[in-house]
Amino acid sequence: MTDAPAFPAIRDVGLSGLLVTFADTLSEPANRAALAFRAAVDAQGWDGVQETATSLASAFLRYDPLTLDRDALAGRLRDLLAETDWTRAPLPEGRRLWTIPVALGGDAGPQFDEAADAAGLTPDQAREEIAAARTRVLTIGFAPGQAYLGRLPEHWNIPRLQELTPNVPKGALVAAIRQLIVFARPTPTGWRHIGQTAFRSFRPDAETPFPLTPGDEIAFSPVPVRDIEALQDSDDGGATVTPIREEGGPA
Amino acid sequence: MSATLTIHSAGPGLTVQDTGRPGHLGQGLSRGGAADPLALAEGAALLGQPPDTAAVEMAGMGGVVSADTDIRIALTGAPMQATLNGERLTWNASHTLPAGARLAIGGARQGTYGYLHLGGGIATEPVLGARSAHLAAGLGRALAEGDTLPLGPDHAGETGQTLDIADRFSGGTVRVIPSMQTDRFAPDDLKRFEDTEFTRDPRGNRMGVKMRFDGAPFAAQDQLHILSEIIVPGDIQATGDGAPFVLLSECQTTGGYPRIATVIPPDLPRVAQARAGDTIRFAFVTRDEALAALRDHANRLAQLPKSTRPLVRNPHDIPDLLGYQLIGGVTTGREEP
Repeated sequence: MTDAPAFPAIRDVGLSGLLVTFADTLSEPANRAALAFRAAVDAQGWDGVQETATSLASAFLRYDPLTLDRDALAGRLRDLLAETDWTRAPLPEGRRLWTIPVALGGDAGPQFDEAADAAGLTPDQAREEIAAARTRVLTIGFAPGQAYLGRLPEHWNIPRLQELTPNVPKGALVAAIRQLIVFARPTPTGWRHIGQTAFRSFRPDAETPFPLTPGDEIAFSPVPVRDIEALQDSDDGGATVTPIREEGGPA
Repeated sequence: MSATLTIHSAGPGLTVQDTGRPGHLGQGLSRGGAADPLALAEGAALLGQPPDTAAVEMAGMGGVVSADTDIRIALTGAPMQATLNGERLTWNASHTLPAGARLAIGGARQGTYGYLHLGGGIATEPVLGARSAHLAAGLGRALAEGDTLPLGPDHAGETGQTLDIADRFSGGTVRVIPSMQTDRFAPDDLKRFEDTEFTRDPRGNRMGVKMRFDGAPFAAQDQLHILSEIIVPGDIQATGDGAPFVLLSECQTTGGYPRIATVIPPDLPRVAQARAGDTIRFAFVTRDEALAALRDHANRLAQLPKSTRPLVRNPHDIPDLLGYQLIGGVTTGREEP
């Protein structure tokens, strides 16, 4: 066994992937670095790089190892890493703020009270904090279009459950480890089911099949459960979207 | 006029599959596509079609189908019992399916995933650039009794072709390379991983297969504090109960369990095709050895279209020689039982 790698670290993923990792725990700067570094790799347009992606604190490249030498590619990545402090890079351009209606607690969020308690809050306080939170899409993964949102205040660092809840419905809002997820698909999960949205994060037949992009910001506006039921047939689930003006960017 | 294939009965795991949808990893959608991409390429070669032509993938067992006009078909992957109007068809070969005739495909004799390829290919509307069902993502669905599939125009005319295939239908040794967390496992555990004879667990699907074994769980140092990270097909996660879980084409795109190793792409069909109870061993190879294997595999795939040859049958196996058309290349390619 080796010591933890120094960051940023470059590691192999299978025979045709390289992963550039900025930290071994989730932090805002590491996530910011992953997003910015992926965008920089995309801008290079290197031959043989077939696809890029980000996870919470890493940027990933898939390449053709028969035409692009692994060590040469790793060398280029190291050069690019040395160009700047990626943890201080600006967030991607074109970010948007989504406001998504959610029914919190009750039948729409059977584990809401328990989650509030685990965060040391009364249900009313928890409701206020969820409504006030402006989270960022940290990464999209596991299921198509499914966004990991964070981070909530430190007291929301509530652990995953040991026992999985067998099937939490599509559109469910779940919470754990200072993050929120709106499920893309019905999923068994150890995260606590705190609310229900009618938001579809994967729309295979739509012009934009994956509406959310890492870096986008998400706010939740609490509504009665009957409003969510009325929105079930809409892809947007009543969400509104507005462009985010970056500080120092064009007015 | 384009042809239509009708499904009269279907086993539980019939889906349309092609080479999948690469390029959406960052959006949470894994590539998907045929569980045994080699079998997809073999069928395309038998029919002289592009290697990404969509076919019917059959998990464990097939079904009964017919077409509304004469079409060409090919059968590859896990060998299954196939009969056409009661006559047995050779597997790993191309045949003519006359209009209205019923093609019945039974259970797999070996392996898991068999493929029915169709002249002109399946011409359903692509979604996100591919026709593959991706059930884990909610794209498409399993085929069922009464379904019809449109077929594309068929430009090539030959049937009665076969080709030699690499046996990969009963487990065996698969080559692996280190993954991003391999060095978090103790050297003794990595040696034990190579020395252990695993069997494929009955629970397994296109997302991945779990391995059964006798012995202590496989666990990494500091396992619970690993951040969820990108997953690729072939990755072997040491899951919560310490059993290796090999991820296949329809896997999730990120995961938090440590990866003990990654199966090299040419050997992944051997894992996908293994049946419950088949034994599997993992053997580490160097990156250079893995690259050489990948290069060989790519060359073999490129050669496949030139590797087909006419089905040759032993005259003693043919009960009524005179009833057969003996002019080369125009036999039906049907094989007597």
